Amino acid sequence: MKPIQPSGCGGTQPATDQPLMNNGAPWTKILILGALSLGLWFAVYTNLQTFATFLTYSLLGIEQPSRLGDAVQFFVYDAPKVMLLLILIVFVVGVIRSFFTQERTRKYLAGKRETAGNVMAALLGVFTPFCSCSAVPLFLGFVQAGVPLGVTFSFLIAAPMVNEIAVVLLYGLLGWKVAALYLGTGLLIAMVAGWVIGRLKLETWMEDWVQEMRAGEAIVFERQLTWADRLHLGREAVRDIVGKVWVYVVAGIAVGALIHGYVPDDFMVGIMGKDAWWSVPAAVAVGIPMYSNAAGIVPVVEALLGKGAALGTVLAFMMSVIALSLPEMIILRKVLKPKLIAVFVLVVGSGIVGIGYLFNLII
Amino acid sequence: MEIKVCGPGCASCEKTQKMVEAAVAAKGVGAAIVKVKDFQEIAQLGVFSTPAVVIDGVVKCVGRVPKQSEVEAWLS
Repeated sequence: MKPIQPSGCGGTQPATDQPLMNNGAPWTKILILGALSLGLWFAVYTNLQTFATFLTYSLLGIEQPSRLGDAVQFFVYDAPKVMLLLILIVFVVGVIRSFFTQERTRKYLAGKRETAGNVMAALLGVFTPFCSCSAVPLFLGFVQAGVPLGVTFSFLIAAPMVNEIAVVLLYGLLGWKVAALYLGTGLLIAMVAGWVIGRLKLETWMEDWVQEMRAGEAIVFERQLTWADRLHLGREAVRDIVGKVWVYVVAGIAVGALIHGYVPDDFMVGIMGKDAWWSVPAAVAVGIPMYSNAAGIVPVVEALLGKGAALGTVLAFMMSVIALSLPEMIILRKVLKPKLIAVFVLVVGSGIVGIGYLFNLII
Repeated sequence: MEIKVCGPGCASCEKTQKMVEAAVAAKGVGAAIVKVKDFQEIAQLGVFSTPAVVIDGVVKCVGRVPKQSEVEAWLS
């Protein structure tokens, strides 16, 4: 096959290397607009609790201590709060992401040994733009560039599991400690599981054509982005991501609100409490075929916790739902033999179970 | 002219496909638009990030949805 010459959008020729937007976006205008939006954001955010109480008990006239009141107040407080947090963080992360591209990450990891590579891959997984439908091309690109298999897995585990949406929702609904625990342990699982898979030397368990792949050089377009472009990308991320997940967030919070108001407080103690030793592996097993993004699962997690479920069990459930999903396995099946997928599920699943037990033990 | 739109069929790939169709219609050029969904075939083109647009064997854009104005520029 003849090598393909890069050209076109942001290619090597300066003539086509146009920035996304015209330069010279007036900085004063950007700064003033930014400050105004941030001020407005902050004003709304800090007054939500007062507003929710006022709306529920004064405006709607719901009886003060009542189940309906509890549920309604929970919803009108949490839904806007989470949406506000989501908009701000998705924007900030969108701007940060413009500094990371899959191409750069791949190039960087190609020169790394295992262990250090596993650590870097998991960290890069958080910030490199990634969607589950591009998992296979990304996998092929990593293999082709000579990134070790275990390092590739560290990336593939961290990218969907540890993302800004999960962390923001956990922070907004459960506080920074739970968010930090999730972030830390999610990264740890990605690093360790990837390292283990690397140790097992399973390269021959990739599909034959992947092992024999002699694709040409990866075609890469480096684009020169201005700050105006990056801010624009941040806004696009908000429109894209928030536009997609708000339904899940609102639905999740609505379910959470119902549980909050109507399910007895100790309902989950017997099933998902600390003393039910089997609950952690059961939660992980139940979570594997389920698939939801972080936006849908976190409000449910909050409601479960509020009703007496143990933190470790619930976190394990959440990780299993997000990190191990049937659709992802089906898509990875195109490049991995079933044996390797089984190992992947087993290694990641055991990691999650371990984390679940650990938290139930220490908290 | 042969235009390949590479991608497994997620939202961004569909968007790219529509963008290319619109650009071809706007420019009034004769072009066959082919969807490439097979990962092996995509990899052989040197593409490791989707969506991607390939025109007559030349990769024009990788890993993002192009703008319609960009696509129109590639067509002429």
